[in-house]
Amino acid sequence: MIAVRDGTLPVLKPFRLAGTSPPALRLNARHGVLIVLALAIAVFIGDAQAQPGSATPSILETLFKWTPLLGQGFALDVAMSFLAMGIGTVAGVFVGLALLSLRTPTRGLAWVVTQIFRNSPWLVLLFYVMLLMPFELRIGGLTIPLPDWLKATFGLALPVMANVAEIVRGAVRSIPFGQWEACEALAFTRRQTMWMVILPQCVRRMTPPWMNLYAILVAGIPLTSVVGVSESMTLTGDILSSEGRNELLVPMYLYLLLWFFIYCYPIALATTALERRFQVR
Amino acid sequence: MFNLQPVWDWFRTLHATTGINLTIFYDSFDRARFLNGFLTSVELMGLCLVASVAIGVVGAWLQGVRFWGVRAITQGYIQFFRNTPPLVQLYFFYFALGSYLRMTNPMGLQVPIVSGFQWAVIGLSLYAGAFNVEIFRAGIEAVPRETVEAAEALGYSRLKAYAYIILPLAFRISLPALNNNLVNLIKTTTIAYAIAVPEMLYVANQIWSDELNVPEMMNVLLVIYLGLVGVLVFVMGRWERALHVPGYTP
Repeated sequence: MIAVRDGTLPVLKPFRLAGTSPPALRLNARHGVLIVLALAIAVFIGDAQAQPGSATPSILETLFKWTPLLGQGFALDVAMSFLAMGIGTVAGVFVGLALLSLRTPTRGLAWVVTQIFRNSPWLVLLFYVMLLMPFELRIGGLTIPLPDWLKATFGLALPVMANVAEIVRGAVRSIPFGQWEACEALAFTRRQTMWMVILPQCVRRMTPPWMNLYAILVAGIPLTSVVGVSESMTLTGDILSSEGRNELLVPMYLYLLLWFFIYCYPIALATTALERRFQVR
Repeated sequence: MFNLQPVWDWFRTLHATTGINLTIFYDSFDRARFLNGFLTSVELMGLCLVASVAIGVVGAWLQGVRFWGVRAITQGYIQFFRNTPPLVQLYFFYFALGSYLRMTNPMGLQVPIVSGFQWAVIGLSLYAGAFNVEIFRAGIEAVPRETVEAAEALGYSRLKAYAYIILPLAFRISLPALNNNLVNLIKTTTIAYAIAVPEMLYVANQIWSDELNVPEMMNVLLVIYLGLVGVLVFVMGRWERALHVPGYTP
């Protein structure tokens, strides 16, 4: 008789060769970051030590001097990305629901809107909004000025809206159809089913692609510098022209890239982690 | 060639009657420069598509090599290019690196070795390539381990197995994701505008500054870009169906 002790049942365990090979040194994303950071630091230090004792301040000092200004520009970037994401998400949820509408005209219109804003270049949309939107709104006697950055934010909210709509549609589609039938059996209306049963479950599934979209949006924010918003990219150009030093070009742009990298990379890591956690097996 | 003069004349009448001013059709100068811009855009897209896919294939292979350093550098490249804005990357290449890569021409002037167009190809390919590496890696991981082992048992070397067994299967698995990324790449080529590459958006900007027909040109641009994306999606869809292995990919 086989004694069954502390939960070990007499079952056939999968056959494994013990100690065939040591686990390979797996690289994860963190190593790549360390290398990039090391490279960047090496560039800074190498450049900084290139001209010791000269009258011009070293590159590191110059970068440090301009950091507050660059930070202001980057803060505008972040604010614009939040606003565009907020507007885009709210509008996108409704467009996404319209994509699932039972009425053919609504569905068709939502489809056209989604396709246009998803498939046209962001820069073209930005130009569209910047050039064709008025610089102020007059409602009755009230004049609301629309500054450049706000218009650019609307321009970026459009593609976000279309992408969120697709995410919502995909997530609703991925909920098993049995749930709709169960709700029907419980005499829920279609609207009740959508808002009380289906959408709450979708939130979980939509979070990773939504975060991914946010990271893409942040990478798209510097486009607004092309249409004249003075965000971090524009400020970098201004700083470079005011310093007028050629050797500053590489470190300055690398520094700006680093700002974005430090902001976006944790988001990318969190997205991957969430995806892994929510993975349906 | 066909005589297109009646068509151009029709656009002139359209302007006279409705005020819709499409100079790119009836004005031969605007027509020529817009056509040039369009061709530059298409050339840029084509070169970037090919180069980014090539980077993806090579990068996915480098991610599996035994040497630790190569894998780390590949990973660093992917993460850096994926998580920074493509426009800043392009500025970095064009203004920062481009300022060092200069030579003196016979006239004694400093001229850049790499032109704006070439930097746009390099920058955009590296940007889209970083995404492609990840896409191909996911495809390669989806190839069943048994298939790779079978190739090994038949005496394939690592490179040969990659080229003849793994990549053809992985490519089919990753095609939908690749489609998405290539559509994105086509849309991103517009940022070459920022470094004064005379592509479609740049030329359109020149035209609407000269002719003051902003809404018309914006709509033309939008329609052409939607058309180009549509062509790519259609071709890739056909290709996906042609490559389909019955019972293997869904």
